[in-house]
Amino acid sequence: MKNVWIPVIFAAFALSACVTINIYFPAAAAEKAADKIIEEVWQTPKPAANQPDVKEIK
Amino acid sequence: MNAVLKFLVALVALTAALNVFAAADLEVNTPGVNAIKQSMQARHAQLAGHYTSGAVGLTADGLIALRDAGAVPLAQRQAVNALVAAENNDRNALYAEIANVNGHPEWQAEIRSTFAQRWIQRAQPGWWVQSGGGWKQK
Repeated sequence: MKNVWIPVIFAAFALSACVTINIYFPAAAAEKAADKIIEEVWQTPKPAANQPDVKEIK
Repeated sequence: MNAVLKFLVALVALTAALNVFAAADLEVNTPGVNAIKQSMQARHAQLAGHYTSGAVGLTADGLIALRDAGAVPLAQRQAVNALVAAENNDRNALYAEIANVNGHPEWQAEIRSTFAQRWIQRAQPGWWVQSGGGWKQK
């Protein structure tokens, strides 16, 4: 009776595994990471680091 | 049988949860990334003057280029070329390293284009940046 569910669960697992492989690019996180690195490489003052936040609000 | 079902449900939930976490953040605090960052930071002291003079500009593909050799005295030109080449090596390595440590080497192009936009956006007034195929002074 419960055996019916086993293929369903396996299908769901397979599907979620597919999603994990085709993971989307985290654009916002990448931008934040880039800003952090640029800030350190260029030694730009902190106020400039807040620019993207201001933009996000807009 | 119930236990097997529960285990499988938990496995699906875990996979989904990991998926969400993996997408939420990008790891950049690794020894490899930090080493490249420090090398670039040290080099920036030498490059800053060339950005200001317009000799070196920021390209649309996340690198730098010698855009006005005339702005550099002949005697220094070779040194500037070496600086540009070394900086571009580091930048290429940085984009590859970030993609690799996050387990997605295929993200390298997107990381590069994200950096390209941010370098240009954060460039100081007076620096030259590539936009729409040509050079533009900020």
